[in-house]
Amino acid sequence: MASQFSSWGRYPQLEQRGIYLNWADEGLPENGESLLPFGMGRSYGDSCLNTDGLVLATSHMNRFLSFDETNGILKCEAGVTLAEIIDLALPRGWFPPVTPGTKYVTLGGAIANDVHGKNHHKDGTFGHHVSRFELLQSSGERIICSEQDNAELFYATIGGLGLTGLITWAEIRLKPVESAFMDVETIRFDNLQAFKTLSDESSSSHLYTVAWVDCQATGEKMGRGLFMRANHATDPANSKDKFEPASAKKLNVPFVFPQGVLNTFTIKNFNRLYYGKQLQHFSKSRDHYDKYFYPLDAITNWNRIYGPRGFFQYQFLVPHEDYAAIEEALGIIAKSGAGSFLAVLKEFGDIPSVGMLSFPRPGVCLALDFPNQGESTLALLQQLDDLVVAAKGAVYPAKDARMAPEAFAAYFPRAGEFSKYVDPRFSSNFWRRVQGNSQ
Amino acid sequence: MKTIVIIGATSALAQSIAKIHAAEQHRLLLVGRNEPRLDLIAQDLSVRGAKQCEVYCLDLADTDKHGPLWEHVYQKFPKPDIVYIAHGVLPDQQVCQGSYQQTLASLQVNALSVISLLTELANRMETDKHGQIVVISSVAGDRGRKSNYVYGTAKATISTFLQGLRNRLYDSNVSVTTVKPGFIDTPMTADFEKGALWATPDQVASDIVKGVGKNRNVIYTPPIWFFIMAIIKAIPELLFKRLSL
Ligand SMILES: Cc1cc2nc3c(=O)[nH]c(=O)nc-3n(C[C@H](O)[C@H](O)[C@H](O)COP(=O)(O)OP(=O)(O)OC[C@H]3O[C@@H](n4cnc5c(N)ncnc54)[C@H](O)[C@@H]3O)c2cc1C
Ligand SMILES: NC(=O)c1ccc[n+]([C@@H]2O[C@H](COP(=O)([O-])OP(=O)(O)OC[C@H]3O[C@@H](n4cnc5c(N)ncnc54)[C@H](OP(=O)(O)O)[C@@H]3O)[C@@H](O)[C@H]2O)c1
Repeated sequence: MASQFSSWGRYPQLEQRGIYLNWADEGLPENGESLLPFGMGRSYGDSCLNTDGLVLATSHMNRFLSFDETNGILKCEAGVTLAEIIDLALPRGWFPPVTPGTKYVTLGGAIANDVHGKNHHKDGTFGHHVSRFELLQSSGERIICSEQDNAELFYATIGGLGLTGLITWAEIRLKPVESAFMDVETIRFDNLQAFKTLSDESSSSHLYTVAWVDCQATGEKMGRGLFMRANHATDPANSKDKFEPASAKKLNVPFVFPQGVLNTFTIKNFNRLYYGKQLQHFSKSRDHYDKYFYPLDAITNWNRIYGPRGFFQYQFLVPHEDYAAIEEALGIIAKSGAGSFLAVLKEFGDIPSVGMLSFPRPGVCLALDFPNQGESTLALLQQLDDLVVAAKGAVYPAKDARMAPEAFAAYFPRAGEFSKYVDPRFSSNFWRRVQGNSQ
Repeated sequence: MKTIVIIGATSALAQSIAKIHAAEQHRLLLVGRNEPRLDLIAQDLSVRGAKQCEVYCLDLADTDKHGPLWEHVYQKFPKPDIVYIAHGVLPDQQVCQGSYQQTLASLQVNALSVISLLTELANRMETDKHGQIVVISSVAGDRGRKSNYVYGTAKATISTFLQGLRNRLYDSNVSVTTVKPGFIDTPMTADFEKGALWATPDQVASDIVKGVGKNRNVIYTPPIWFFIMAIIKAIPELLFKRLSL
């Protein structure tokens, strides 16, 4: 039985106790138990779980504190979600500066994983747009952190996986937009070289770039996919609806599916695009932001489609020049036949991340799902880890449930420096594992 | 633009109601006993669009302070359009069974303070011939059960009081709405196991604001509770007294 606090990949499935924090002034529970903040549980693996102790759920701490509409500066409690921010700010001409592929993440979670979006090449990570926040530590101290004040703790907490304390509120800088719509171009490409060329040529003309790659294609077809690039529309056709809100209608997956359904679904979709309208090689559309950024959010609980054993997501990056490593990984994945049909491929930009443990760095990044098939899946992911370590790349903790301590140390060279800022009462299953302290 | 007074404004349910009205750009006056938290909510509602948002702080159990409260309210907002009353506590039934003092204390907050507030408010609205009174009662008042009849008694008391008040104020164009929520996931029920019948404060608030917009007399929310309570009320006492509900 999955508990009400579980991670998005539904693996590992553990009984997790937790409490809801309703007010930032409440303070932390004083019973001495180990603690970890918990946002919307949109991390896939075990970085948002702490089965040795309690999670502190923040979703009721979702009040807005101030909004400077002239400059787009928003201050709110850490449990506010990006969805709530969009509902509030978009009609006034503002949008999140960086957004992951789901809007159901909290501000605290977005900071603690220093999340990235399709605009990484232009805007960096979420942490670049955070001006300050309050951190509540187990000593009872409330520390305001910014680039000026307590800067080290600021950089430890951005990307700090919730381990430095509880962010109670944060202030961020939003992005000005002129409409709720996106001008999107979709372009077919036949191999990774072509992807690279498209990425390079789009990096100054388009704010958002990303691609889907066919993970089952081998030989000649390996690395084929669809490249999508977009900008916020600036000439909304109908000014009355230019800030049209997202539709509240959602499909739901009310129960856990037998395995295998999802692949059939995505394969159909991809083939329709790739062989259908994409025969023209290039197509343009104007899409609502909700469809463009958050297609998966249209299906509530889509993660249940992977069946009762849950799934892994594997997201890694390697340095820019190392397309050979991506090719090798695609080869391993295609051969295993164990991965999702599609992977998401994105060329990150060169803006250095500010967090000590931030995942994004210059390079090219691939992400895909693996239904949990037990040992064989774990062995495959280990094989990929070996490749990524050798390539001097990194794997994203927000999506991880199994990396070994050695791999973690290789991916995050500043971990030793970071650990000085970990609050003694805060911990997570992920942290104990990568420190070699899990049983 | 409406002027809306929310008593018990720090309650999770009241906050959800206030958010809806703030987005509609109304003027709000928040009443409760915790000033820093009231201020925090006021900040939130202002960002969400409230035209104006004021707070007033008192312990609502202290009925002597109700006169000055209404004095203040009517000075700020001379003819309020809607007044919500939402404060309450969930007493420990076991403790109350062993202590009349505890029972009385909970009745003081859940029933008597509400009656005291309504007595003066009703007179003022009757004079103005204007306004809407909305009080959060509970399905727990529809039938006494061994697990929470002290709480249920208070809610039954105010539900009956409101019935009479609705009847009296009908000719004065003042509407009275009794809200009977089922289970809501709020701090009041933090320690309960949650199942399929549980609703979020946002869901319940949306039902309430819609019902208030239609001047509904009684709102069961979520609506399924109308049917559940119809069945529960229909069980003969002969059988009911043997059940563990
Ligand atoms: C469909 C989907 C698409 C995604 N796409 C992307 C993507 O494109 N880019 C990307 O970067 N990520 C992506 N993610 C991952 C997701 O953005 C991150 O895992 C995010 O951190 C989840 O936020 P959350 O609020 O659910 O936090 P949780 O998952 O609940 O927690 C994440 C971490 O934040 C910490 N935390 C939460 N709140 C606080 C707080 N108040 N103070 C301190 N620490 C806190 C937790 O302790 C934990 O370590 C995606 C996830 C999904 C499900
Ligand atoms: N939750 C449910 O399942 C449920 C079901 C049916 C009906 N209800 C009713 O819904 C209403 C709202 O409750 P809730 O569920 O939202 O719970 P809640 O968040 O715990 O709210 C209760 C509120 O009442 C306030 N209060 C209690 N005594 C007070 C006093 N003497 N003076 C001033 N304020 C006082 C509390 O203030 P502080 O914050 O200062 O403590 C708190 O804000 C209540 O009337 C409750 O009986 C709830």
